[in-house]
Amino acid sequence: MKKIVIVDDEPNIVMTLEYTFKKQNFEVYIARDGGEALEILETVVPDIILLDVMMPKVDGYQTLKLIKENKKLKNTKVVFLTAKNKASDIEKGVKLGADKYLTKPFSIKKIVSEINELITT
Amino acid sequence: MSNYWLFIIIVIYLASLFGIAFLAEKNAKSKWVNNSIVYTLSLGVYCTAWTYYGSIGIAANSGISFLPIYLGPVIAAPLWIVVLRKIIRISKQHKISSIADFLSLRYGNNRFLGALVTLICLLGIVPYISLQLKAVSETFQILSDDTSYVSTSVYDDSTFYIALLLAIFATFFGTQTTDASEKRKGIVMSVAIESVLKLVFFLCVGFYVTYILFDGTEDIYTRMVERSNFSVLISINGFENGFIWLYTILLSFFAIFLLPRQFQVSVVENVREKHLKNAIWMFPLYLLLFNVFVIFVAWAGNLNIGIEEQAEYYALLLPLKNGNTTLAVLVFLGGLSAVISMVVVSTLALSVMVSNNLVIPYGFLDRFIQSHPERNAKYIKNIRRISIFSIIIIAYAFYVNFSYELSLYSIGLIAFVIIAQLAPSFFIGLFWNRGSSKGTIIGITAGFLVTFYTLILPFLIEAFTGSNDFAQNGFVPIEALKPHALFGIDFLSPPTHAFFWSMLVNGSCYLLFSLLYKGNYRERNYAEMFVDSRNYSDLQDGALVWKGEAYVAEIKNVLNKFLGQARTERALSLFFRKYNLASDTQMADARLINFSEKLLTGSIGSASAKILISSVVKEEEVSLVEVLKILEESKETIARNKLLRDKSEELTQLTSKLKEANSELIEKDKQKDEFLDTVAHELKTPITGIRAATELLMDDSDEMPVELRTQFLKNMMQDSDRLSRLIHSILDFEKLSKGRAQLSLKKHNIRETIQRAIQNLEHIASRRHITIIHSNNSDVFAQYDEDRILQVLTNLISNAIKFCKPEQGEIVVDYKYEKGLLEVSVKDNGKGIPNQDIPFIFDKFYQSKNQNIIKPEGSGLGLAISKTIVENHNGKIWVKNNEKNGVTFGFQLPFK
Repeated sequence: MKKIVIVDDEPNIVMTLEYTFKKQNFEVYIARDGGEALEILETVVPDIILLDVMMPKVDGYQTLKLIKENKKLKNTKVVFLTAKNKASDIEKGVKLGADKYLTKPFSIKKIVSEINELITT
Repeated sequence: MSNYWLFIIIVIYLASLFGIAFLAEKNAKSKWVNNSIVYTLSLGVYCTAWTYYGSIGIAANSGISFLPIYLGPVIAAPLWIVVLRKIIRISKQHKISSIADFLSLRYGNNRFLGALVTLICLLGIVPYISLQLKAVSETFQILSDDTSYVSTSVYDDSTFYIALLLAIFATFFGTQTTDASEKRKGIVMSVAIESVLKLVFFLCVGFYVTYILFDGTEDIYTRMVERSNFSVLISINGFENGFIWLYTILLSFFAIFLLPRQFQVSVVENVREKHLKNAIWMFPLYLLLFNVFVIFVAWAGNLNIGIEEQAEYYALLLPLKNGNTTLAVLVFLGGLSAVISMVVVSTLALSVMVSNNLVIPYGFLDRFIQSHPERNAKYIKNIRRISIFSIIIIAYAFYVNFSYELSLYSIGLIAFVIIAQLAPSFFIGLFWNRGSSKGTIIGITAGFLVTFYTLILPFLIEAFTGSNDFAQNGFVPIEALKPHALFGIDFLSPPTHAFFWSMLVNGSCYLLFSLLYKGNYRERNYAEMFVDSRNYSDLQDGALVWKGEAYVAEIKNVLNKFLGQARTERALSLFFRKYNLASDTQMADARLINFSEKLLTGSIGSASAKILISSVVKEEEVSLVEVLKILEESKETIARNKLLRDKSEELTQLTSKLKEANSELIEKDKQKDEFLDTVAHELKTPITGIRAATELLMDDSDEMPVELRTQFLKNMMQDSDRLSRLIHSILDFEKLSKGRAQLSLKKHNIRETIQRAIQNLEHIASRRHITIIHSNNSDVFAQYDEDRILQVLTNLISNAIKFCKPEQGEIVVDYKYEKGLLEVSVKDNGKGIPNQDIPFIFDKFYQSKNQNIIKPEGSGLGLAISKTIVENHNGKIWVKNNEKNGVTFGFQLPFK
């Protein structure tokens, strides 16, 4: 079973993603900010991490940096899912090594297809 | 008192004046020497023996008509700030050393005019000096025991020796440098000291007579009233005498500017222009003090002595007759001071005129050109020294031969009328650029001839023959030509009559001939410089228009003759540096010509300077039109340059202002961008939730469990609420921070407002088991917008609820009134705010990382809105962590 970590501080959004990926047969882990995510990542090596940017304490960019330092996670794909949609924000995310950059509000179908595509390649 | 004692006192007195002058010369730069008080006191040279003794004589015999002589200067003083300042500025710029030089330069370096003015001054002043000597001699005789003694030979006349001592004094301190425009601080200082002494001694005798001999001013007055001619003594005496007053005031008005000694102290010896500011009130005050006791001493003399012929010496006779010899000696010394300062300054001024405007330009120039600089300097000094001695000796001779019968007052007035002949060309020439040298020379000559016929001649004939037949009838029995009543004007006194007619003729001739003959280009050039002095001081040496061929070497040669090699080199190198010229420049330009003339002017006078310089240069005639054109152009260039400079400065300032405004705008723009970004982010979040949930419900509603479906629907509702709250807050905040929200200020009780805020939140608090304590019962009324303050309180209290731990939470709301401020505080016992967050806590969308309740309860704008509301009330809001735990928010409202 594929594993996914959803990192977002908005519970309503998390709820929809959780439902969606459970239905897609993912093992779903939830973190409310970067700190919680890193805690989870100490024990879990997921296939995919869905990462928000604007979060309290440790934000998305910082979290990604720390993930990239962790060799265990070298096969893990990281996808930004954020409301920040300026060209400069996207560029920054890609430069940090994100595999995809998706913007909010999103379509569930599109998220699912993008993620599936990422996993199969 | 014996002659010898008196003479010893005089010598000691003179010696101490010598000492003072010597000290002042030695400390020429000290502030004790260079200040406005010394300057003002030196102007006191105006008060001569005529003031000291003559005024009392007039007051005793004809009442208050001594006053107009002092009213003129008092009226003139306020005008100094304009007129005298202009004269001083011009004189300093051109190194002018006397009034003759001033007029000669104004009318184009006119040699003849300089000489004419010198002669007029000599004719006016030499008899005046002799009258001063007469005063010394007569007072000396009164004071010495031997009243019957009349000197038969010059050698045993003490006055002769005193005159000689004065000549030595003037020579010693007056001719130290060849440059006559240099300051003579020793003489000025001694004149200032003398001004103090004569005033103090005069006031002493005034006080003595009024309060010791008599019982105060009232006593003298009441005793005088009983006299038959009293009313004559205290009034102007009708319309005709009004004219006499008017003309005498005008006469003295002119004199304060034109008398050579006044020009010397007020213009040539002026160290700083700003000294004028104090002089314009101190000098009138000085004159006023001088005249305080005149009338009382005169009346007291009438009552106590009553000899009309001796009225002029009442000030001396009164203490003497009443046994106070010491005071009499002091009075004598005061009179002597007045004489010394007048004689020294006058002879000095005249000697400079005689040398620079009469002797040198008319005879010595050729010799100077061939001679050495040292010898030239010696020549110039010697000419002045001989002039000083000659003037004093001539004055003495005049006194011995003529003046036994003459009163101080009449000779003084004649001198004034003669000097007044310079007035039209002097004053009008300062402000009218068309005044020409021809007009001046004809005007002065004609005016003097009128004065001679109507005043001097009758006076001399009467003095010699003792008959006033000529004065009454003239040479020929024609009614209109009577010397004292020309064309039937018979109601004026002889001096005012002569003044009236001579001024009329002089002024008319000046105006008429100035209009008829324009004068050459050089004259117009100087006319422009004098009339428009402020403008031309910017041009400096460029103000002289000159065309022709001249070699620097030859000009240098001339300068060497008078200034010596060292001074010439120094002056020229300064000049070249000032105008950025190479030091080996060969051809001289107009500026160098002008500069060199100025350098020489102080030593040999402006006319001679021009003659000398033109002897070594080839000057081309320039047309008047061209002169005016060039002047206009250079004036315009200066004005334009100034305008450009001003404009460029203005532009620089404007640019920096624009830069500032621009960076401010950029900063604002950036803030706006950030704000919009955050707003967009905040708005997107609930929309994302709604969008995702809607999609799931649409696609999966069949498979989805009911509870989950309900949850998604609930979430959607929550997100919608959040969205509308957010939109409302954003609009509210925008409105408040742009100042578009009108506050409706009314009187409210803060206790009730707090109560209301708590009521709205109590159910939320109790749900989390948090207690809100509000125990203050006092009623405090303040002016505020209740809805807005309620908003602030609600925000602060609900924030506190967020920060408190559930179950043990406790919030205390309190308020106090202190020093015109209402202070409200909301205190919780939560975790507090991390110190690094405190500075940003009131920023928009700043959410602390420590709050217990997770989103989506706030909009992120609550505290920012609260801050804006409080600030719109002119209050302030703050936050601080409590000592134990929790945090306190507070705000202050000014109490109205």
